[in-house]
Amino acid sequence: MFVLDQQSLVQGRHAVLNDISLEINAGEKVALVGPSGAGKSSLLSWLWQQHSDDIALCPQEGGLVDILSVYQNIYMGGLSRHSSAYNLINLIRPWSLRQQEVYTIAELLGIDETLAVSPDRLSGGQRQRVALGRALYRNKPIFFGDEPVSSLDPKQGDELLGTVLSQHKTAVVAIHSPELALKHFTRVIALNAGQLVGDWQTQDITLADIKAVYSGE
Amino acid sequence: MPQTFSSSVLIKGISTGARLRRLSLFFSLIAIAFLFVADIHLYTPDPWQELSRIGLGLVTPYWPNASELGVSLLYTVSFALLAVSGAAIIGMLLAMWYHWRVVRVLAAAVRSVHEIFWGLMFMQIFGLSATTGLLAILIPFTGIFAKVFSEIFEQQPVTATSTFGKASRLSRFVYGWIPQAWPALASYTRYRFECALRSSAILGFIGLPTLGFHLETAFKQGDYSEAAAVLWLFLLLIASVRFWLKLRLLPVYLLLAVLALPEMPPVNASFIWQFFSQDIWPTALQDGDFNGTWEWVSRVGVNEVWPALWQTIAITQAALVLSGVLALMLYPLASRALVGRWSVLGRFKLLVLRSVPELMLAYVFMLLFGPSALPAILALALHNGGLIAFLLANSSEDANKRIGEGVPKGMMRFAYIDLPQRYPAFLAFLFYRWEVILRESAMMGVVGIATLGFYVDSAFEEIRFDKAFFLIVVAALLNICVDGLSRWLRARSGLKAPTL
Repeated sequence: MFVLDQQSLVQGRHAVLNDISLEINAGEKVALVGPSGAGKSSLLSWLWQQHSDDIALCPQEGGLVDILSVYQNIYMGGLSRHSSAYNLINLIRPWSLRQQEVYTIAELLGIDETLAVSPDRLSGGQRQRVALGRALYRNKPIFFGDEPVSSLDPKQGDELLGTVLSQHKTAVVAIHSPELALKHFTRVIALNAGQLVGDWQTQDITLADIKAVYSGE
Repeated sequence: MPQTFSSSVLIKGISTGARLRRLSLFFSLIAIAFLFVADIHLYTPDPWQELSRIGLGLVTPYWPNASELGVSLLYTVSFALLAVSGAAIIGMLLAMWYHWRVVRVLAAAVRSVHEIFWGLMFMQIFGLSATTGLLAILIPFTGIFAKVFSEIFEQQPVTATSTFGKASRLSRFVYGWIPQAWPALASYTRYRFECALRSSAILGFIGLPTLGFHLETAFKQGDYSEAAAVLWLFLLLIASVRFWLKLRLLPVYLLLAVLALPEMPPVNASFIWQFFSQDIWPTALQDGDFNGTWEWVSRVGVNEVWPALWQTIAITQAALVLSGVLALMLYPLASRALVGRWSVLGRFKLLVLRSVPELMLAYVFMLLFGPSALPAILALALHNGGLIAFLLANSSEDANKRIGEGVPKGMMRFAYIDLPQRYPAFLAFLFYRWEVILRESAMMGVVGIATLGFYVDSAFEEIRFDKAFFLIVVAALLNICVDGLSRWLRARSGLKAPTL
């Protein structure tokens, strides 16, 4: 489904990603691990370009539009399903059918109380839930996330990640927590300084293997 | 590559500051050379007597008929409000499709013609009606909005829209770009409204029933107390905008503005058609007579275009450099970090300078010095210098909030820290205003200074629409050239686009 064959990404003067070869098949749930600046985000956006229409993307900053309500921010995931006119009307007067759909998702994520509020008034954790809500509302077979639960406490992050992953057939998620990587994913890809330093099936490794990536082995 | 970096330093061996200094010097020399071309006679033997009368008028404002002045104030605001609202909406739509060349060219073409020229043109069709006033502002402003809005959209992060999938262009804008950029869009529109008030007021100089009309009449009759009353009223209007212009109240204001408009007499559609299909084209061209057309073009070119072009460019270059000099001299006086408490006075002066339309200033100077290039240069330099100084003073205060103790004070801080820090932004602002100064100096001809506008105005008076149209096209092309040149210079010298 996603294929990279000995590819490198150069930004400015230095290589962000160096000589990467990998293949990701439909049905796989892949965790991208590695220290900050390892090239996880770059790899993610690179893969994203290969099938951007089939991917629900949850970028690192969330991509929330601060002056619109949480409802509208989640609804944005469904823009491509409707005509411009339909979307325009929704902006002024939300369709009740769509409100119900969005409400169901918000309830699942625990933000149903905040639908009328704008995201600039929410906490970091709530904002991440809104961003995840938009990704869920995209209703796509593939989920791409860049640290999607980094602002939530470990227990909530664990639950939420499970919920989101269960709704998608395939997933590629950049994640800092080795525990979450091991628990929720079928495969772990490790990056360090733009190099691919590990590519394992989850059942073959232990926490220590992932932690070793961060300590630089 | 580190190697190319060091070798380029070796080859050029010149600091950014020195490069900018050389650029500034180059422009100053050009301006001085043009001063010999520009017609700067003193036509009035004793300007001091007139100046003291004007000064006396300024402190004794008086208007005999308050309701008359009130009505023209209402018209001024109504034209500006409706035209800016319309232009902002159409401009926004154009900005969404600004990646199409045809939209960019259209926007550049309509904004290169000054409001006064649009006004003169529409006056031939719609007379001195609300339609003329509205269209004269709406059309060029639409082009400006399209350009600036598209620049604002370009500066937005793409994160939000990347999560939308394959949504339509319109949906991406109304859910992503527009709400994201809303604060910038709103503050720019507000600034433009202030500009529209100025444009609306000076449309009175060509006869529309706005404040400028009374101002010109009062000046012509030498009644400086009445002129001062209009001027103060206008300054009050500009200063009060921020208190009453609220987004929530906008629908109410728009409704009131529509009700307040002077009547719009019905216009015969065939008349409009005839104007655009026949009146504005030379007869020879309509007959398909190319030799005749060429003869006509060269005659107008030699008699009108050539002298007008020289004067317009000379005034523009001189005013550009003088604006810069004034801005650099005035901004420290308005920066709290440099002059302390006295900055309030400096600030007030700048506010007045940037609020008064150039044409009004030019008119006052013309009474003093006669109809030469001098009033135009002074007026343009004061207005634009004031505007740039205001922006520089703001950025100086912002920057100095961050600088701690242990830095030099007063003059030394200005020379060693503040001026060098401001200089690139200053040049960028100045080059941005270049195109505006050119538009204005061409337009100033309508009060009798020998730039393009003078010949446009006379051609309309002689009902030579073809000639007037030709001259307007020349002014527009000149404007587009300078716009391109300024963009090229800014890019080449690495001057960052400042946000207004």
